[in-house]
Amino acid sequence: MSAPAGRVGVVLVSHSAEVAASVADLARKLAAGGAAADVAPAGGTPDGGTGTSSALITEAVRAVDSGAGVAVLADLGSAVLTVKALLEDGELPEGTRLLDAPFVEGAVAAVVTASAGADLDAVAAAAREAYDYRKV
Amino acid sequence: MNTPASTTEPVVDTEFARRWLETATAAVTREADRLTELDSPIGDADHGANMRRGFTAARDAVAKEPPDTPGRLLVRVGRELISTVGGASGPLYGTLLRRTGKALGEAATATPEQLGDALRAGVDAVAQLGGAAPGDKTMLDALVPATEALAFALDAGAGLAEALAAARSAADEGAAATVPMLARKGRASYLGERSVGHQDPGATSAALLVAALASAAGAATGDAR
Repeated sequence: MSAPAGRVGVVLVSHSAEVAASVADLARKLAAGGAAADVAPAGGTPDGGTGTSSALITEAVRAVDSGAGVAVLADLGSAVLTVKALLEDGELPEGTRLLDAPFVEGAVAAVVTASAGADLDAVAAAAREAYDYRKV
Repeated sequence: MNTPASTTEPVVDTEFARRWLETATAAVTREADRLTELDSPIGDADHGANMRRGFTAARDAVAKEPPDTPGRLLVRVGRELISTVGGASGPLYGTLLRRTGKALGEAATATPEQLGDALRAGVDAVAQLGGAAPGDKTMLDALVPATEALAFALDAGAGLAEALAAARSAADEGAAATVPMLARKGRASYLGERSVGHQDPGATSAALLVAALASAAGAATGDAR
């Protein structure tokens, strides 16, 4: 195995193409100040419908994989289950991890942390901590 | 090697798996509207269409490149379901079949007990993936009783066709028993009490797949149910 190179990539899996793309855009903007980490949306089905596509997920993960690992965030039901099934099947590159995190807040935390050059463990921890920000 | 009894019993081979796939594809296609109707009040009204799309794609993939063992065939179907369904039933059924197929290994045939054990491994993998248990109003409410009935019947000395018929009855009863349950998983769980009074679409499609298994065994013995 080669040494980790580049930044941790982030993939956002949503039932909706618009949600995935918008959250990716929001996270990139909030991480601004330096070079942002690679973020790829994987939203909806390939024909533009609502749902989850294993092909789009696989494509997105490969696109942001620079060898340092890929953090995947998913919104609901089939998005979560499809990522898990792909991971168990060995269909995603080594170093790909599904994060246990809220989608929007977790995405921002993951992208900000990854942009700062942190490793996958630190990115996962930052996204996970987003659960701790109580709102009321 | 064949005893007279074994020649009348169905053999779990590639042909058996292919018969199952054909029957399952026909069943989800025939019942697609009913599955979607069941999915309308408590889900997002796409279960029938999703299952039909997934199984049709799987059948076409298997026809194009025929796997040469029952295990490989099930793994292939599972992978196809994960990549084509687009809803939660894709990864769940995909995992069920992939894991069952992997448990069958590379052998050209499996004994009824090996099939029962492989199905149990597949069902366990589904429970783990979805974090669900029987009573949560999911496909497990049909699958778990089916695998238990299959194992019980085989233990009691039943042949494969008879044991799978018992599994089919258990799956049907299990699916019907989801009507009064409160959904604890998936989109239906957001409905809380309003999920009560509807049969779970996933348990219903699971029962169809178990029935297809029983048909695949029955066809070999001339039991054309």
